[in-house]
Amino acid sequence: MDTNVAAHGTSTTLVGSRRRMPPEFNIFLVLLGIALVYEILGWMFVGQSFLMNSQRLTIMILQVSVIGIIAVGVTQVIITGGIDLSSGSVVGMTAMISASVAQASTWPRALYPSLTDLPAIVPIGLGVGIGLVAGYINGQLIAKTKIPPFIATLGMMVSARGVSKWYTKGQPVSGLTDQFNFIGTGIWPVIVFLVVALIFHIALRYTRYGKFTYAIGANVQAARVSGINVEAHLIKVYAIAGMLAGLAGVVTAARAQTAQAGMGVMYELDAIAATVIGGTSLTGGVGRITGTVIGTVILGVMTSGFTFLRVDAYYQEIVKGVIIVAAVVVDVYRQKGRKKT
Amino acid sequence: MTLSPTTMAAVRASGAIPNAEYLLSAEGVRKEFPGVVALDDVEFKLKRGTVHALMGENGAGKSTLMKILAGIYHPDRGEVKLRGVDIQLKSPLDALENGIAMIHQELNLMPFMTVAENIWIRREPKNRFGFVDHGEMRRMTAKLFERLKINLDPEIEVRHLSVANRQMVEIAKAVSYESDVLIMDEPTSALTEREVAHLFEIIRDLRSQGIGIVYITHKMNELFEIADEFSVFRDGKYIGTHASSNVTRDDIIRMMVGREITQMFPKEEVPIGDVVLSVKDLTLDGVFRDVSFDVRAGEILGVAGLVGSGRSNVAETLFGVTPASSGTIAIDGKDVVIDNPNTAIRHRLAFLTEDRKDTGCLLILDILENMQIAVLQDKFVKRGFVSEKAITAACEEMSRKLRVKTPNLQERIENLSGGNQQKVLIGRWLLTNPRILILDEPTRGIDVGAKAEIHRLVTELARNGVAVIMISSEMPEVLGMSDRIMVMHEGRVTGFLDRAEATQIKVMELAAR
Repeated sequence: MDTNVAAHGTSTTLVGSRRRMPPEFNIFLVLLGIALVYEILGWMFVGQSFLMNSQRLTIMILQVSVIGIIAVGVTQVIITGGIDLSSGSVVGMTAMISASVAQASTWPRALYPSLTDLPAIVPIGLGVGIGLVAGYINGQLIAKTKIPPFIATLGMMVSARGVSKWYTKGQPVSGLTDQFNFIGTGIWPVIVFLVVALIFHIALRYTRYGKFTYAIGANVQAARVSGINVEAHLIKVYAIAGMLAGLAGVVTAARAQTAQAGMGVMYELDAIAATVIGGTSLTGGVGRITGTVIGTVILGVMTSGFTFLRVDAYYQEIVKGVIIVAAVVVDVYRQKGRKKT
Repeated sequence: MTLSPTTMAAVRASGAIPNAEYLLSAEGVRKEFPGVVALDDVEFKLKRGTVHALMGENGAGKSTLMKILAGIYHPDRGEVKLRGVDIQLKSPLDALENGIAMIHQELNLMPFMTVAENIWIRREPKNRFGFVDHGEMRRMTAKLFERLKINLDPEIEVRHLSVANRQMVEIAKAVSYESDVLIMDEPTSALTEREVAHLFEIIRDLRSQGIGIVYITHKMNELFEIADEFSVFRDGKYIGTHASSNVTRDDIIRMMVGREITQMFPKEEVPIGDVVLSVKDLTLDGVFRDVSFDVRAGEILGVAGLVGSGRSNVAETLFGVTPASSGTIAIDGKDVVIDNPNTAIRHRLAFLTEDRKDTGCLLILDILENMQIAVLQDKFVKRGFVSEKAITAACEEMSRKLRVKTPNLQERIENLSGGNQQKVLIGRWLLTNPRILILDEPTRGIDVGAKAEIHRLVTELARNGVAVIMISSEMPEVLGMSDRIMVMHEGRVTGFLDRAEATQIKVMELAAR
C-alpha cells in the first residue's frame, strides 16, 4: 500500500514539473502553419505573397470581426457546457431594428419618419438591448424549464429570423445616418471586436463571474453544492451572448450601411467554429477568449486564402466543414489523452 | 489450460459440458482501483443447485467480485473457473454466452420497448424474409413466463411495469440465456413483501433446476429464508463460507464486523458546547421521515446506516440541495429556512459530498480553482473582481496546512490521488470558516495515510468548536471518531448510541433490522 502511494506521488510530481505551454500556443502554431501554406501556394500558383499585403490582411480581419464579436459570447456559453444557435438570427433581427431608428431624414422612405436623425447611441443601444433580451429569454428557458440549450436557442434562431423578416415584410432598411454608419467604417469593427474580447477576457479570468462560468461547465452539480446559483448565472451568460450578438448586428448594419432580413445567416455556426478551433471544449469547463480570437483569425485566413488562391466558393465551404470537424476530433483526442495520464 | 470464452461457449452449446464439483469458482482474486484494494486474495465457490448469499458491509468487496464474475471488471490477479475450466471473461456478453447472467440493482431494460423485445434483444426470431417474427417472439416469451410462473403480458412496454415486474422481466431474460449461474445484486431492495415471496418462489424453482444463484443481500432474514450457503467478505478480504442452516444471526454479524480495530483514531475528548444545529421532524417525502437530532459545538455526530438508508439524503436536505418537505432546522436556537446551498453557506454550514467525482471535484480545473469556488460567495471579491493575490495566499496556506501533495496549485485536480483530492475539497469548505461541517464518507476510497490525516483534521476542527456531522459506512471510523452515533434504516432514525455504549454489533443491529 505504502509503495503504491509513493509511486503515485512521484508521478504527480512529474506531471507538474513539465512546464505547461499556454493552450493558445498550439492554436497559434496552427494559424501560422495555415498562413505559411498559403504563402507557399501563393508564390507557386499566384506569383505573389499572401502575407505581405496589408490591404488583404485588413480586409480579412474586417470580414471576421463580426463573427469574432459573436464568438466572444458563444465562447462563454460553451464554457458553461451549453450552446447558442440563435446568434446569427439575432444579428439579423437587431440589424433590422436598429437600422430602422438610424435612418436619416433625407431618406425618402424612412420606416419611422418621426424617428429619423436620432443620435447614433439610440439605434446602437436599441440593437444591443434587443440582443440582450433575446439572450435573456434563451437563458430563462434553459434555466427554468431545463430544456437543452440546443433546443431553446434553436427556437430563438427560428423566431428571431422570423422577426427580422416580418419587421419590414422583407424590405431592406437603408438611408442610415453617417453617425451610425461610422462604427462600421474603416478599422472600427475590428476595434469593437478587440475591445469586447479584452473585456470578456478579463471578466473570465479575473472576476467571480468568470470563475463561476468555468465551475458550472466543469461540474454543474459540484458548482451548485458550492453555493453557486447556477440558474441565475446561466441566464447572465446567455444574456451576455445575446447582447454581443446584438452588438454584432449593429456593426453589420453600419458596415453595410443598410439592413436586410437575411443578415447573419449561418454566423452562429462560424462563431461556434471559431470558438471550437480556438480550443474551447464543447463539454464545457475549458476555453479562453484569446483562443477564440485566434480561432476567429484562422477562419478569416482560411476564407481569405481560398479567395487569394482563386478556389471555387463551393470548395471553400466543403473544406471549411472538414476543418471544423477536424478541430473537434483533435479536441476529443486531447481529452482522451488527458484522461490516460 | 485456459479456454477462450468463445471456445467455452461453443463447448457449452455442443452439450458436452464437463462435470465439475463447482459451477463457478474464483481463487486468489485481487482487484485494485486507484488508491484502494477492492479485493485481496479472495475466493468464492458456487455449487450447482444452490443459492449462495454474499454478505458484508458496504465496501466489503461483494459487488466488485460479482462484477468480475459477470465479466464487467477484469481481475488483476487470480483465476476464475467455470465448471473447473479456467476462463477469462472479457465482457458481460462473454459471461452471458457462457451461462453467467447478472441482474443489476439498477435494472437495464429499455423502457420504450415491449417485454418480449427486451428479453430477446439481439436474438430476435426472424421469419423467412429476415424480419423480426413478433408472433414467434410472443410465443417464446409466453413459454418462458409459464416456466417461471410469471404473469405478464409480453406485449406491454416496459415503462408501464412496476419495479418488481421489471425485475421479473430481467430474471426471465437471464433465464432465457439458459444461464447456469444467476447473479442477483440486492434484488429485493425495491420490492414489497408479496413480491419478495414471488421472487423467492422463482428462485427456489430455478434452484431445483440445477441453476446456481449468487445472491447479494444486506438483509439477514432473507439469508435464512433463501440461502443454502453464504460467504462473508470484509474490507476486500474473504472471511469464510458456511451453510446457513447452522449459524445464528449474531455469528454472521460478528463475521461481518469482527475486525480488530488496528487503525488508531486520534479521538480527543474536547469540551462540548451549546447546541448549534437542531433538526426536528425533518422529512423529505418518499425518502426519509421525521429525522430529529441536535449537534453541539465540538461534537462529532456519527451517522451510520446501510446504503439507501437515507443518510446522505438528510445531509443534502440540511444543505439545501433538496429542500425538506416538512420539519424545522434551527441554528443557535433560531429557525432557519435553507432552500439552497447558498443559504446554507451563509449560515456557515459546509458539506463535503459523498461522491468526489460527481458532486465534489471540478475535475478539469486546477487545485486553486477547486479550492476557492465556495468562498467566492462572499469573501475575496471586490466589485466582482477576485483578489487573486489574497485568495491564492489563502489557498496556499490551506493546502500546506492540509498537506496536499502537489508540486503547485496549478495542477489539475484530476491528476491528484483520491486522498489529496479529498483534502482539496475539505480545504474548499474550511476556507468558508464553517461552524457546522457535514462530512459524507470523508475517507471513502483513499489510502490509510490520508485517512489518518483527515481524521486528525476532523478532531482538530472539533476542538476548535466546529459541530461535525460525519456520515460513514466504515464502522471503525464511526465508532472511533464519534461522540454519538445516529443510526438510520430505510429513511428513519432507528436509534442513537453514545460513544461509551456503541459497539459494531449494536450499530449493525440498528442498521440492518
